[in-house]
Amino acid sequence: MNNMFAKRDSSEIDRSCCIPLLALFGGAALWLVFGSVLGLIASIKFHAPGFLANCAWLTYGRLQPAADDALLYGFCLPAGLGVALWVLARLSQTPLRGAIVPIVAANLWHLGVLVGLVAILIGDGTGFAWLEFPRGSSVPIFFAYLLLALWAMMVFARRHERTLYPSQWFLVAALFWFPWIYSTANLFLVAWPVRGVAQAVIGWWFANNLLLVWTALVGLGTAFYFLPKLTGCPLQSHYLALFAFWTFILFATWCGIPPGAPVPVWLPTLSAVAAAWLLVPLLVIAIVGLRTVWGSVKSSWDNGPFCFIGFGLDCFCLSGLMLVAMACPQISRWTDFTWFGPAETQLRLYGFFAMTMFGAVYYLLPRAVGMEFPFPKLVRAHFWLSLVGVALLVVPLAIGGVLQGLKLQNPDIAFADTTKAMLPFLRVSTLGLTAMLLGNLLFFVNIIGLTLRWKLALLKQFIAFVKSPLEPGSACASLRRDKEVRA
Amino acid sequence: MKNGFPVFLASLLALGGSWCGFVLAPIVQLGGGQQTTILNSSDLYPLGRPGMANQGLQVYRANGCAACHTEQVQQSGVACDVVLTSAGKDPAGVTNLISSLNLNGLDKAAADGLVDKITAAGGKAEIHIIATGPDITRSWGRRHSVAEDFLYDDPVQLGSLRIGPDLADAGTRQPDANWQLVHLYAPQNVVKDSAMPPFRYLFRVRKINAAPSPDALVFSKGSGPPTGYEVVPTARAQELAAYLLSLHADVSLHDAPFTRPAAVSKP
Repeated sequence: MNNMFAKRDSSEIDRSCCIPLLALFGGAALWLVFGSVLGLIASIKFHAPGFLANCAWLTYGRLQPAADDALLYGFCLPAGLGVALWVLARLSQTPLRGAIVPIVAANLWHLGVLVGLVAILIGDGTGFAWLEFPRGSSVPIFFAYLLLALWAMMVFARRHERTLYPSQWFLVAALFWFPWIYSTANLFLVAWPVRGVAQAVIGWWFANNLLLVWTALVGLGTAFYFLPKLTGCPLQSHYLALFAFWTFILFATWCGIPPGAPVPVWLPTLSAVAAAWLLVPLLVIAIVGLRTVWGSVKSSWDNGPFCFIGFGLDCFCLSGLMLVAMACPQISRWTDFTWFGPAETQLRLYGFFAMTMFGAVYYLLPRAVGMEFPFPKLVRAHFWLSLVGVALLVVPLAIGGVLQGLKLQNPDIAFADTTKAMLPFLRVSTLGLTAMLLGNLLFFVNIIGLTLRWKLALLKQFIAFVKSPLEPGSACASLRRDKEVRA
Repeated sequence: MKNGFPVFLASLLALGGSWCGFVLAPIVQLGGGQQTTILNSSDLYPLGRPGMANQGLQVYRANGCAACHTEQVQQSGVACDVVLTSAGKDPAGVTNLISSLNLNGLDKAAADGLVDKITAAGGKAEIHIIATGPDITRSWGRRHSVAEDFLYDDPVQLGSLRIGPDLADAGTRQPDANWQLVHLYAPQNVVKDSAMPPFRYLFRVRKINAAPSPDALVFSKGSGPPTGYEVVPTARAQELAAYLLSLHADVSLHDAPFTRPAAVSKP
């Protein structure tokens, strides 16, 4: 990178993001734990359908969407925004100014999530997958996002380092894309609903563009920034990364309409073609990742953030392959309407995106706050718990999903048997969710611990400031001296 | 690549393209959807759900039923059955002709050829279109779901996961409101091994006073509430049941034709 401007002290840039990041990540960690608790309760219903059945707001059909939305809107989006903000500030060599706006926006966001989750649990969800939050929640979330994105864009616009790094392409595109899809979906599905199955098409388009395109843009932008930084090897190469960027947004935005949907045939066909072409960016992304970390995997393995982000990239490629398989008409017969789909979504949302964010947060938050995590040893435990959790959640659901699909395709097998055959797999996945909950708790403990440590230091500073006039060397004392001199 | 403009332009083109394709185009093509006529009839379809069923759709949405149930029947293809309607003047000859032939599960060309043969032998035959596929064999519907089925629904609840069976034809399969209500109250009472959670919070269990409620559920022997008590559905339960009863996938349409079995008089 050229050095036209004197390189700023990176700690000044890091510290400028401190309070907005604490606000974003603190709430995100809370929603993460809350969402896993809801998901675990929902999963226990497969062991005993009558569990907590008298309580309307704990019925499966409300718990499951609430758990999903807590993960997506509660954790993934604010964590992604925080990481994007920091990465953009670092790459732009520009400190964040006017931090009060992102702080207010972060709190507004978390308030919106709270309203949305309560609304789903009391039965006020909109009924569209991944867009369940009603108006009272989606409006604050939308404006909070706009403010955060605007501030991140202002850092980007004021950048001292003019040459763009690939991560900036990914992150800027993501910042720009969410308001578009979120407002479109809310206007056409909730505010002025369109007629008939056009609703379903827009719903699928939105869910795909949020769950696949947005998460991939932010997650890959983050990974392409951190992997070279953590391994000490440059990104291999910028051109491949940019090629992946172009091909990815070109094809991935057209995925998501399931085959066999009761809509005009050209829609699912186009989606299937786009999904097949998605193999190109997937392959390129895998090559970029492999070539960047090749040779330094062993030496970087002790590094907590590297493990998280490396594992995240693996999950991204794997979930991408699962997505392509699901869109292929020859294979989709066995995966349609089965647990294979949720397995793929969980692998992408948690295995890829959340894990990448964990790695990034573990790296950047101590730098932004200027303090170490209170329990650095828990980072490693968190990694292993999450890894085992993802494996125990996704592998049984994917295998069980294909078996379920085979049974659904055979009309000689009674439907009740297809559900019954799925139960052992679902019960193993409960173990996975438990491990993930424990891992998330460790993350929560570290984030909250760091926040408390920071607040304590602030309090100490404040007390020191209050006491300071008594000391001769302090600012107040010198001011008093000046006055005396002038007098 | 010194500034952000190419990024902006690239995103705008790639992302905006998918917006035009998957938001604008479907709204233009489907958003102005109109009623269609039922095949071989002048009746319009769909007519919209009755009032209580419309409120039931909101109960269905509020309780997230679509988390476990789809409303989209899949179909892998169509087959033609040739049905003899009249043996004509030479019944023995026609019977002789068709006894050696397979009349079911043919493609269109084979079915046409067969009808020609039967006509040549003096008999009369017609072709019945049968939708095929595992969902159809499971009797989850007589044909695949089409866009028209959801014309008046808001929100459209297609679902994506079959933890429970497909409900597109639930009203045809179980037209008994009491069965639907008992199933909602205690699924395992009527479907052994069902994984569905009971929706007891949509019902009230109360002591029978002077006269039992006319709405009280009728249970099979030994599965109801204790003697002296009755289970009364709330308004929401009744609306939900009305919605389930309004679900049908048994109307033959131009996009999804089939021949009604009521007209079949098998030889």
